Amino acid sequence: MTIEARFRIDRGSFTLDVSLSIPARGVTSLLGPSGCGKTTLLRAIAGLERCHDGLLKVGGVIWQDGRRFLAPHQRPLGYVFQEVSLFDHLTVVRNLEYGIKRVPKSEHRVSLNRAIELLGIGHLLERAPGTLSGGERQRVAIARAVAVSPRLLLMDEPLAALDPSRKQEILPYIRSLHQELEIPVIFVSHAPDEVARLANHLVLLEAGRVVATGDIQTMLTRLDMPLAHDSDAAAIIEAVVTGHDENYHLTHLDFSGGRMTVTGNAMRTGDRVRLQIAARDVSLTLERQSDTSILNIFPATVDAIIDEGSAQVTVRLLAGDVPLLSRITKKSAAELGLEPGKPVYAQAKSVALLT
Amino acid sequence: MISESDLTALLVTLKLALLTTLILLVLGTPLAWWMARTRWRFKFLLEAVVALPLVLPPTVLGFYLLLALGPNGPLGGLMESLGGRPLAFTFTGLVIGSVFYSMPFVIQPLQDAFAGIGRRPLEVAATLRASPLDRFFTVVLPMARPGFITAAVLGFAHTLGEFGVVLMIGGNIPGETQVMSIAIYDHVEGMDYANAHILSVGLLLLSFLMLIAVYALNRRFRVVRP
Repeated sequence: MTIEARFRIDRGSFTLDVSLSIPARGVTSLLGPSGCGKTTLLRAIAGLERCHDGLLKVGGVIWQDGRRFLAPHQRPLGYVFQEVSLFDHLTVVRNLEYGIKRVPKSEHRVSLNRAIELLGIGHLLERAPGTLSGGERQRVAIARAVAVSPRLLLMDEPLAALDPSRKQEILPYIRSLHQELEIPVIFVSHAPDEVARLANHLVLLEAGRVVATGDIQTMLTRLDMPLAHDSDAAAIIEAVVTGHDENYHLTHLDFSGGRMTVTGNAMRTGDRVRLQIAARDVSLTLERQSDTSILNIFPATVDAIIDEGSAQVTVRLLAGDVPLLSRITKKSAAELGLEPGKPVYAQAKSVALLT
Repeated sequence: MISESDLTALLVTLKLALLTTLILLVLGTPLAWWMARTRWRFKFLLEAVVALPLVLPPTVLGFYLLLALGPNGPLGGLMESLGGRPLAFTFTGLVIGSVFYSMPFVIQPLQDAFAGIGRRPLEVAATLRASPLDRFFTVVLPMARPGFITAAVLGFAHTLGEFGVVLMIGGNIPGETQVMSIAIYDHVEGMDYANAHILSVGLLLLSFLMLIAVYALNRRFRVVRP
């Protein structure tokens, strides 16, 4: 099941010209600088931007091609806008019901109660939108979009208007959406940290064109892509909780390249989690260090090396089949004799648990 | 206290104002909606035409309406050829004149209200499966409610006070085209200040009360929409 899209939209000074195919499951992030056409692409998918010779196929169903064009209200999608978009003349619950009332009963797969429960807004139902905080409003807007049982959920920087603590409040809800409801999500963002938390799949856009698409782990570590060269460049690892060290309050996690240990013991065995390891926190050795405070050491193979300015290099590693990044000095790389194919030990000084 | 002929004039006036307001709301809503949304480059011409009755002396408007509605005018001639009467000096003619005379007072508040809503709420409604007509009734109309209240009351109140146009095309036929402002004029002409006072105070209070109602209603509405 894929989503196939081809659009060409001319706006004088700006042209969006994209052709892409993305999986119709999980979270796909459209990432790129402001003005690169992310929002225009999302609006075109929703049918809000008219593009008559465009093509859009979602899971085998044609939403538009040269001859047909489904109007926005005929497309089975949910849309969360960047800024507050609740109907001020309706209470929260009337806002939530607005969409659901217009969807045939036979297509209801998400109940209103489920959406209310998932977004934690049960206590807000009788309130007027004007009396809600920014985070609460955005949660209501997400619940309203989810309640129409969409085949595709489109989100245009739903967190952009919120301060960092509000973002933290909403991120878990968005994560739970595609896990609990299995609705594919396309999520516009210009913040790599949001992408690292949410995305399974990434579409990089620049100046109205698709630069590359791929799964998140590959895209973050491709040395021919800008993300791997960011000063905050980091790799993402999907891991499963396998046990706890009760004495030291640690949690053990397994991934295909080995075992990780992180602090805390709040997670249950069997939970799937996402870990983030920054390139600058990974150092390399040829022998496994024993007298060290670093807990996370695992074998890896050098995949590629690229210069990073005049003094540093970025090394792409493979631990099992999981790509990792390491940023070290050119001098170290030379002294260790690093070259593609060489086995090394990667030491991760810090591993962040993405929640 | 109030004479029978004055009461008749009052009823004619209210009937005229009510009909004019209803017609303007029905015809003006789509026009104002279109003007608020279109990107047509010559929209300003239409806006100027709609605003013209604001600045034009009512006698000028009345004069041309008289020509158009009279037996030799296009509309009056059409009526005559269809076996009817020319429209000048009839209640129907008065309604037509009033629709032009009060047009900007209804169209402009509606256009402002529609423009103030913007595109976003409509896009939101579209992504929630509402068809264009559905969006108009469930989003545009409720959100433009203050504009409708203003338009209806201003249109009604402005028609109540109509004088110049009526004088030109309505004449002074009791029970058909004699409205309050004309009746007041008659009383003053006949030095009957007592009756002129009764009608004038009535008109003054009525207009004032309606405007109070508009501002009070719209203020209450704004509290909900900060």
